[in-house]
Amino acid sequence: MSGLDKVVTSYDEALNGLTDNMLLMVGGFGLCGIPEGLIDKVAATGVKGLTCISNNAGVDGFGLGKLLEKRQIKTMIGSYVGENKLFEELFLSGEMEVILTPQGTLAEKIRATGAGIPGFYTATGYGTKIAEGKETKEFDGRMYVLEEAYPKADFALVKAWKADRYGNLVFRKTARNFNSMIATAGKCTVVEVEEIVEAGELDPDLIHVPGIYVHRVIKGKFEKRIEQRTVKS
Amino acid sequence: MSLSKEQIAQRIAQELKDGYYVNLGIGIPTLVANYVPKNIEIMLQSENGLLGMGEFPSDDQVDPDLINAGKQTVTASKGAAFFDSAESFAMIRGGHVDLTVLGAFEVDVKGNLASWMIPGKLIKGMGGAMDLVAGAENIIVAMTHANKHGVSKILNKCSLPLTGVQCVKKVVTDLAVLELKDGAFHLMELAPEVTAEEVVSKTEAPLVISDQLKTMSF
Repeated sequence: MSGLDKVVTSYDEALNGLTDNMLLMVGGFGLCGIPEGLIDKVAATGVKGLTCISNNAGVDGFGLGKLLEKRQIKTMIGSYVGENKLFEELFLSGEMEVILTPQGTLAEKIRATGAGIPGFYTATGYGTKIAEGKETKEFDGRMYVLEEAYPKADFALVKAWKADRYGNLVFRKTARNFNSMIATAGKCTVVEVEEIVEAGELDPDLIHVPGIYVHRVIKGKFEKRIEQRTVKS
Repeated sequence: MSLSKEQIAQRIAQELKDGYYVNLGIGIPTLVANYVPKNIEIMLQSENGLLGMGEFPSDDQVDPDLINAGKQTVTASKGAAFFDSAESFAMIRGGHVDLTVLGAFEVDVKGNLASWMIPGKLIKGMGGAMDLVAGAENIIVAMTHANKHGVSKILNKCSLPLTGVQCVKKVVTDLAVLELKDGAFHLMELAPEVTAEEVVSKTEAPLVISDQLKTMSF
């Protein structure tokens, strides 16, 4: 890693500086497009008291589910618990603080964080529990809720398909999801990819996230587990 | 006779119009995709980042990088596009989706709906539902008329935490099609062999029986 070259070769280097009580953002939707190796490494370091912003929390025993099992997460911010039994248990028992946030609001809050916008108004959630205690305002006869951006994440953990050495990123299909916004919102953005190419090899017209947002790139290994394998009969 | 889940989906599919962009929620709404009339062209939006959701893949087409919002493996249809979650919800919040079909635990006469948690018992999370109901022009709720204990889900006032306020326009259940107009549910259609009296007796909220009341046709 020197100059604009963001490539690191070990997970130790990739997560160098990770300590207890940090704020993490983690890309993925369900198990699609999650930085598997980086999550495993967070689990292996044993850091505790984390605040994690991620749409889901993996499944029991895989993805962020591993951090739940080891009770490394103090506060989980996401939109969907779904069928993750341990997540639901920790939530209902109060053992872990959970802040459920509508998916679009979550996405926009992360985008705002990266874009230097401190807050925005949305109609989403007006009149519901999630708007309690938040400022509201009327625009053109409709009520909106003020939602604030997050602080920048200490570590933003992202999964991309390809990166070049300068950290320009390309995603594949629906594995992009939250990854491209999370990439912009980290004090240290670490991207785990399937393939690293030389700078100049990616078509500049087809880059999804420019390298300016990215600090470290590591070539990972992915199991790409499928949550619900559905095929046509 | 009350409708099966497939029949509820089949009835909702009659609401689709040529050129529509449609978001289908998890559960019964997903089944609507199986009954799109052959003579119209629509595109399905999946809020995880896909416009143009196709059918389920064959075994050798399964791709872990290509799923729908229900986390099922899917394919992309002709002319599909992929994008990130912020873009996806810009489409939704910005009112570009013509029709949203979603499930619910409860709906009430104010057009409120509850679908994401039962305090102390069950927490699913709202996922994209709060954004969808705030953003779509047209919202249809697909659900059973009563819960598994036989208690009406069509209420004077929702008892569970709300997903959205004043957003429901139409409800299709296993017994009836209801439209919400001027602060009341209007009974518009009956499932085959179901009477208006039966629907009224199984509904907590008062029903206005439409003078155009008819039996559903498939």
